[in-house]
Amino acid sequence: MRFVAVTAPSAARTALVTVASVVVALLVCALVFALAGQSPAEVYGTMLRGTLGDPTGLAEVGRRTIPLLLIGAGLALAFRAQFFNIGAEGQLLLGAVFAAGTALFLPVPGALLVPAVFVAGFIGGGLWALVAAALRRVNVNEILSTLMLNYIAVALVTYLIAGPWKGKDVRGYIYTDTFPQGAWLPTLSGTQVHWPTLLLGVALALGLQWLLSRSTFGYALRVVGENPGAAHYAGLSSARVATLVALLTGGLAGLAGAGEVAGIHHRLLEASQISLGYGFTAVIVAWLARGNPALCLITAPLMAVILAGGDLLKIDLNLPFRVVDIFSGVILLCLIASEVFVRHRVKWGRA
Amino acid sequence: MDSIVVEALVRALAVGTPLLLACLGAILNERAGVVNLGVEGMMAVGALAAFAVASRSPDASLWAAVGAAMLAGAALSGLHAVATVTLRANQFVSGLALALIGTGAAGLLGKKFEGLPLFNKVQDWTLGSFTISPFTVAALILAGLLAFWLNATRSGLTLRSVGENPAAADVLGVNVGLTRVLAVLGGGALAGLAGAFLALSYRSSWADNMVGGLGWIAVALVIFVGWRPLRAIAGALFFGFLYYLQFRLQGNSNVPTEVFSAMPFILVLVVLALAGLRGQAGDAPAALGRPYVRGER
Repeated sequence: MRFVAVTAPSAARTALVTVASVVVALLVCALVFALAGQSPAEVYGTMLRGTLGDPTGLAEVGRRTIPLLLIGAGLALAFRAQFFNIGAEGQLLLGAVFAAGTALFLPVPGALLVPAVFVAGFIGGGLWALVAAALRRVNVNEILSTLMLNYIAVALVTYLIAGPWKGKDVRGYIYTDTFPQGAWLPTLSGTQVHWPTLLLGVALALGLQWLLSRSTFGYALRVVGENPGAAHYAGLSSARVATLVALLTGGLAGLAGAGEVAGIHHRLLEASQISLGYGFTAVIVAWLARGNPALCLITAPLMAVILAGGDLLKIDLNLPFRVVDIFSGVILLCLIASEVFVRHRVKWGRA
Repeated sequence: MDSIVVEALVRALAVGTPLLLACLGAILNERAGVVNLGVEGMMAVGALAAFAVASRSPDASLWAAVGAAMLAGAALSGLHAVATVTLRANQFVSGLALALIGTGAAGLLGKKFEGLPLFNKVQDWTLGSFTISPFTVAALILAGLLAFWLNATRSGLTLRSVGENPAAADVLGVNVGLTRVLAVLGGGALAGLAGAFLALSYRSSWADNMVGGLGWIAVALVIFVGWRPLRAIAGALFFGFLYYLQFRLQGNSNVPTEVFSAMPFILVLVVLALAGLRGQAGDAPAALGRPYVRGER
């Protein structure tokens, strides 16, 4: 078997390979469920019925789309610049921490409180990602550093809610007091879809697409990602691009964190309750979109179905929520393993 | 005083054992040019496989349990081999997917083993006032063997040449793809063995997320020790000692416990930054992370 390069693969070929790889991934996951003694038909049936089958389910998908869209759009940009930020989980948590600190302790006038919460979230997430960008300058691989920063962020959240920020009115539990009402985000009635964050996500996904394809920064970013050597000769600083990309993607993850605490929980609580693994799932959102922030408008809801479905599997079939990791991992593996078929045709027989 | 030193050493060796085994596995595949970030996942399936076999009955063979762990680790890394060597996928992202699949699958398949007793745990050896797990002894011997094999044998040289200059190795008639696949499978087996230690000796139980980030620390350790198996012993002991301090100081001081749980990860960052500043990242095999395609460079 050998691969013959296809020059300039068509969009149709790319789409076909992408869809095929997701189908293969879902079949592989079905096999894993069968091995675990679960009927794949029942698993997939439960997931679909409870997510797309009724209005409550759709609202649950919508709620999970919000952070995935924000983080995924940022990561799409980061991956184009070959900055493998795997720490969106930690950046989301820091965004939540900064947002909570602002909502609880800063004397911001009422009308400005919600914008301040978002700005704080952006700063928190952005700063956390900048740590990785700074470490990259001394040759620390950002995959490792952002992962370590995830674990550190979890410990920080636990420390705050069990220690200095522990609510005065809560007994036995560890979380902060409830935010003042002025910091709550409005939601679509009867759901947990905090629409200001959703609008922000849509606008930013489109904005980042514009930035990537039309701006000078976007051009520099693509050159640095596709041909670091050429970028160096053209005088483009890949370190500066990495820093800006880190700030942007971390900031977007931070916005997602601010949205979760201000829109849904109205307090800072345990890390595992703030994020259902949005940071990792968003990696697949960005990869499925093949590095196009705008395409995350399609891929984020798709992965939100899997996250919301994972919740149902936990409740209805008593499966561990970790099954979501299997979906994520298998889809990711199939996606990147299939990439060769986008740019190559397979010829059978010996060269 | 003596007893504290002995206790510290015993503890450091115990936590250092899975780190050392997993780190040796990562060194093996990275010296052949393949990064595998899936160590955390391979350790998880290794631990589950070992526990599943050993908890079957009071007289289940521990050798079979260890073998199952190594097979499970190798099987999972086989996916990585196909994706990255045959299909030339991005090694970093594939490894990440592997970590997700491994921890997820171990969590799903292991649910029915949670809280079950282990009839047949691996007994520690006692040397005077000192106890040591057979796994620890095996890990130390394996480090020596891997160092000897890489540096002093022809096949070890072949493996290193594939990691440093696959095109040159190819011209000399080395099967680059096969060498890399075997190195990845070997790395997976060692990560599985590290998981077996956790399930059969260290914790002698099964719990979801029992690997708890040790796999990621092992991956970082490889860079810290400059891809050298003998230095990995010192590196694993160092991090094992940090875990001991964490255990020792917890509750004995006013420092919040979260500081201790974050400590290993903060130290990994510090250590990696120091290795980077010293230029140690330059010791990496030259072709590390890059798929080999004949006729391209």
